[in-house]
Amino acid sequence: MTFDDVLTLLAAASITLGLSVAGIALGLPIGLGLALLRSARLPVLDQAIAALVSLVRAAPIVTLALFVFFVLPEAGLELAPIPAAVVTLTLNTAAFDCEIFRAGLAAFPRDQLEAASAYGLRPATRFRRIVLPQLWRASLGPLVSEMTIVLKGTPAVAVIGVVEITRAAGRIGAQTYEPLPPFLAATVLYTALIAVLVRGQRFAEARIARRYGYAVS
Amino acid sequence: MSGIATVWSYRDAFLAGLGNTAALVGLALVLSLPLAALAAVLLVEASAPVRRLGREVVDLFRCVPFLLLAYVIYYGLPEIGLRLGAWWAGLVALVLYNGAYFTEILRAAALSLPREAVEAGRAYGFSRAQLYGRIVLPLVALDAGPVIGNQIVVMIKDTALLMVITVQELSFVANFVNARAFAPFAPFATALLLYWVLCLVAEAGVGLIARERRRRYG
Repeated sequence: MTFDDVLTLLAAASITLGLSVAGIALGLPIGLGLALLRSARLPVLDQAIAALVSLVRAAPIVTLALFVFFVLPEAGLELAPIPAAVVTLTLNTAAFDCEIFRAGLAAFPRDQLEAASAYGLRPATRFRRIVLPQLWRASLGPLVSEMTIVLKGTPAVAVIGVVEITRAAGRIGAQTYEPLPPFLAATVLYTALIAVLVRGQRFAEARIARRYGYAVS
Repeated sequence: MSGIATVWSYRDAFLAGLGNTAALVGLALVLSLPLAALAAVLLVEASAPVRRLGREVVDLFRCVPFLLLAYVIYYGLPEIGLRLGAWWAGLVALVLYNGAYFTEILRAAALSLPREAVEAGRAYGFSRAQLYGRIVLPLVALDAGPVIGNQIVVMIKDTALLMVITVQELSFVANFVNARAFAPFAPFATALLLYWVLCLVAEAGVGLIARERRRRYG
């Protein structure tokens, strides 16, 4: 493995990071929206979202990526590999985020909601000022776990031709006939990326514990 | 409609792919759960340095993407003189990766066991093997059931990645049929549905464990 190969891997790491960040940033609000829609208990829509979330959660990311890349063009939506990869990761993580937020919303203390209504807060204000700040603090742990899963899921989108860390490592291995060193280097890169996320979570948890006096585990 | 006909004409391939996926998951479960139980006991009982080392190893496996682990095993084992086919390399990767997760799950469940049960067992003069075999592990299995079920669903989905090291499982078959028939929708939709069915089976298993727990402990 030459110095150039290391640079190739680092460039691929930026693709992995970009894909993950895009998927997470898009997936979070979509997941929250789906969870809120479900908590409204609208007939038909509720069951439709539940079925969709169950199906997407059961779909392997590889299969989902192949589906998005090959099937959406038939519906007239032609996507280049990178946008298709972002759509795949977003769909996947949105379904899991939806379940995390739904659990958080279900566990939200009822008396607080009623108190807010009694004070005349409109539902939108109540959500923004009362529910959301506590919801995100309670969901932080599972959400970060889900983010690490997204990061670890990015190699799956290599099947549709995105050159991220794992695929770049595979290419270097094919060129040098020594697949092991690039794959071990890739392992170090992933471990570093995920360690940063987990550290960030611990840091945020410590701040929350200091400010609000309860630890969110 | 032609899509359904395409899938139907490749039904043998799909069944073989489904069989391969199910066999990988089943065999990996049978191997990794006992291994994880053993590792979890070690992580609770061993001396401090061994415990710390064990935790680091488990954490390392949990940080590495599964596909990368499969690559490292598929290409790395021949380097130490062990030449495995793709299927077996995939199985080894599944066992190691999920074994690490199962270890962590079982360890967490063991740590949150009520102390009374264990202390009562000790007071009755149970040996350590009896204590684990008759009290700790059965309770842990019931408590950790739902979480293990989640991990099995993750495992089912991880097998799809093994198509990249040419294991002929369900996604491999779907991709193959797509490449042969130039009709992407039906094969991938079929694969997704079959994965869903596998996951529903796993969830039904978890439901059985939950029912058993309710029957025993209310």
